[in-house]
Amino acid sequence: MQEALRRCVVSWFSGATGVTNAARLSGGASQETWSFDIVHPGGNIGAILRRAPPGYGAAPSRAAGLDAEAILMQRAYDAGVPSPCVLHVLRPQDELGTGFIMARVEGETIPRKILRDAQFAEARPKLARQIGSILAAIHGIDVEQLPDLRRMTATKEIDELERDYRGFDWPRPVFELALRWLRERDPGPSQQVTLVHGDFRHGNLIVGPDGVRAVLDWELAHTGDPMEDLGWVCVNSWRFGEIDKPVGGFGTREQLFAGYEEAGRRVDPDRVKFWEVMGTLRWGVMCCGMMQRFRIGPEHSIERAMIGRRSSETEIDLLRLLAPRGK
Amino acid sequence: MQDEPTPEELTRAVADFLRNDVTPVLSGHTAFKLRVAINALDLVTRQLRLEQNSDAAEAGRLSQLLGQEGSLVELNRMLADRIARGEADLRTPGLSDHLWQTTMDKLAVDQPNYGSYKRELESKGS
Repeated sequence: MQEALRRCVVSWFSGATGVTNAARLSGGASQETWSFDIVHPGGNIGAILRRAPPGYGAAPSRAAGLDAEAILMQRAYDAGVPSPCVLHVLRPQDELGTGFIMARVEGETIPRKILRDAQFAEARPKLARQIGSILAAIHGIDVEQLPDLRRMTATKEIDELERDYRGFDWPRPVFELALRWLRERDPGPSQQVTLVHGDFRHGNLIVGPDGVRAVLDWELAHTGDPMEDLGWVCVNSWRFGEIDKPVGGFGTREQLFAGYEEAGRRVDPDRVKFWEVMGTLRWGVMCCGMMQRFRIGPEHSIERAMIGRRSSETEIDLLRLLAPRGK
Repeated sequence: MQDEPTPEELTRAVADFLRNDVTPVLSGHTAFKLRVAINALDLVTRQLRLEQNSDAAEAGRLSQLLGQEGSLVELNRMLADRIARGEADLRTPGLSDHLWQTTMDKLAVDQPNYGSYKRELESKGS
């Protein structure tokens, strides 16, 4: 791998003499993330490769595709969103599959560290507002400048969740209740249609002591209702125990909304709430999907099996949203 | 009748062994996977201890709600269908209480440390 990377990098990075410290970070068989350093007389440069290896071209139906991800990351960078600079989009002659190479941004993505470690203490109270302004910048990117993306609406999202849930063939009365609730309150197509990140939450944000340093993972990007991103970041599953701080366990909705509106965009709180319910159900359905992949997939991973047992967490959160008990 | 020790006692003993004796000698990704494996065994132990009573209570509530008899999964399918068709909702007497109790019983096995669950336990003492 390091040799293939070296051949690739020296062909376009001026002055580069090689690569070192190549290490696989994560991902399944169809998508890999590698960290490495570009060796350069002026000092080594940290880099990340995201790729589908040769023979793994087809992305799952929901995924934007790695080529689109590279363009979106570049557009976000240009729009002032904290974002890694895209250094190179893989070409066939690189013989590395499809994907791209970006600058490595140092910082933390592990939620419990971001929420508890002393080095982030000063950043934490500012994060929700900062995230509001980042989302406003993402939603302000010119839709005409985007690669071809799925166009999503609330109705389509409910349909997809229902289809996935029915496919598991396992009765969940709480999910049924949530599906009915969403159908009855479907606000219809949004008047604003913008770029939607689609997975804006802990794990996809690199945070430093100074705040958010990079937004990652545009795999689920699409166009649609911008309030979806605001609702998703408030889903309880991303609060990691800090359940009274709806934005990622570090901030309030008011701070998030203030940051968003200061950047010149309008918040529709009812739609945000609707998308929070949708997002809670969505994560629950995704957990069931993990259980399905554990059962039928070749990997037999205990981690996946245990994520399947997290769907009940979304059931209690749905009940807290839809049928709160009198205190 | 199977002999003792019970499955619950065995899974608990294996989990304790892994936690106390194996964890200290592992590191990196294998240590992480061991933690997940111990969590899985702890979950099984909780399920072995709690499932019989909670299943019986759930089946009783479902029979009452639906006016039908059947296995637990059949009764849950019936309830799911009724909610999907709009024949039962949160105004249906007993439905909300049933869903709450059932969900609390699931969390007691799946994730007793989950924030929302702990909060609901405190506020209701259920």
